[in-house]
Amino acid sequence: MLVNQIAVFLENRKGRVGDFAKVLADNKIDLVSMSIADTKEFGILRAITRDNSKAVKVLREAGFTVTSSDLIGIEVEDRAGGLSEVLELLYIGGVEIEYLYSYARTEAKKAIIMLKVSDIQKAMAVIEKNKIKVLENSII
Amino acid sequence: MFFDSKIEQMGREEMRALQLERLKKIVKYAYERVPFYKKKFDEIGLKPEDIQTLEDISKIPYTTKTDLRDNYPYGLLAVPMDDIVRVHASSGTSGKPTVVAYTKNDLDMWSDCVARLIVAAGGKKSDVVQISFGYGLFTGALGLHQGWEKVGASVIPASSGNTERQVMLMKDLGATALVATPSYGLYISEVMEKMGIKKEDLKLRIGLFGSEASSPEMHKELQDKLGVFPTDNYGLSEIIGPGVSGECEYKCGMHINEDHFYPEIIDRETLMPVADGEWGELVITTLTKEGLPMLRYRTKDITRLITDKCKCGRTTTRMDRIQGRSDDMLIIRGVNVFPSQIEGVLMSIPEIGGNYEIVVERIGHLDKLTINVEVKEVTLLDNYSKLEDLIRKVRQKLKVVLQIDAVVKLVEPQSLKRFEGKAKRVTDLRKI
Repeated sequence: MLVNQIAVFLENRKGRVGDFAKVLADNKIDLVSMSIADTKEFGILRAITRDNSKAVKVLREAGFTVTSSDLIGIEVEDRAGGLSEVLELLYIGGVEIEYLYSYARTEAKKAIIMLKVSDIQKAMAVIEKNKIKVLENSII
Repeated sequence: MFFDSKIEQMGREEMRALQLERLKKIVKYAYERVPFYKKKFDEIGLKPEDIQTLEDISKIPYTTKTDLRDNYPYGLLAVPMDDIVRVHASSGTSGKPTVVAYTKNDLDMWSDCVARLIVAAGGKKSDVVQISFGYGLFTGALGLHQGWEKVGASVIPASSGNTERQVMLMKDLGATALVATPSYGLYISEVMEKMGIKKEDLKLRIGLFGSEASSPEMHKELQDKLGVFPTDNYGLSEIIGPGVSGECEYKCGMHINEDHFYPEIIDRETLMPVADGEWGELVITTLTKEGLPMLRYRTKDITRLITDKCKCGRTTTRMDRIQGRSDDMLIIRGVNVFPSQIEGVLMSIPEIGGNYEIVVERIGHLDKLTINVEVKEVTLLDNYSKLEDLIRKVRQKLKVVLQIDAVVKLVEPQSLKRFEGKAKRVTDLRKI
């Protein structure tokens, strides 16, 4: 299934991640996952929350530059080669991956990977054809 | 030493008589040949014959950079293009440059003027001069180049950039004189230090620094680090380029080539002439220029005129070090930059917001221009490369318009100050 994610533009300056977290906290929005890469000048913070549409709204009101986009969440076997097999199939199917990150969940038997792909339709076709297990809605 | 002692030591009365004779002539010339001037005169019922004394010059309307822009590129020329032998250009307030053009006589007059100030600064025929100004449309490099050739010196047209090579050339070719912006001169000294080259390894003895304002402190540093006797000189392309005025060995103001450039100082609010010796905006009338005569051109540079006798023996009026500008033009690494040019570029890029900030700093001795812009288009947040592409795009477009490289920073919207009324977009942190 598709997982909605928010992306926030952050300048690389002290306290900005904290400011972001505070806006969510003040509005009682629970963070499910978050990832951020470090660059010299700016960063894009990517997060999944329990209520993305509300998060986008309150963050915008607080002056953040925010957008949301869809990722594909898949489950892969938690063993060596588990991810490689899936990526291979997507590659053969002509799907480019812009980025991905793993989503940690306690007591899980399977690893959950969030994929941002070039073409969602195409990716979903590959996934269905190869019966790759996608994330259940209820997990998040 | 004088290049032209007859003019440079001319008695004041005689000089004023020469100026008046030339003023009458150029006013008539401009009126008859340039429709722009005719229209301006006719609108206020002024006739060339109304100019009978030097004081009558105040009856003539001002000319501004906007007039040059409105008549881009050749609208203010007083001669057919066939008589033009050289064209130069500088940055304008809009995307278009300010174009200036010279006849053969203009080039001769120009190189004479530059030669005078080179000699006043201590330049000699025996000098080997390295010109570290960027060659091209900019008047600085070729202006000094021609002047030094007129003096008879050996000229090395090194242009700017590739500083290690500059140092090597200076050393190997035995340069005795350096022409550069003061900040580039200081940068050269830093590079020398890194290369392990001492001023004693060079033969430099004088430095002519111009094209941007400098302070006595900078001159002291140039003297200490390069072993040169530094002088300041002044000019602007609309008038001629470098060669309007320059310091002599006594460094007590820049001697103006008054037989060609008639200076006035006006109050920048009222636009009325100020009392003798008061500070204000410099206005120049070209008394002899054929290609592009300028009547009462507002330079926007703030200075004052000094008329007491100079120890060097020159009788010409001097102008003080430039104290600033009455418009928002920035001079960055010797290049004219208008915030409106930057704004024009930013507005042409839909992915960024209308809010921006221009920061000018001096890092070491070099000017650094940083432009902070907001990301408006949120779909770019999908990935880093899109944002990096955006930065590259803004940078390239700025480079095309400004001719200099700027650092472009993407910032969060709220981090830029919101302005009410007149926006203050420029923060100049340089201390000159």
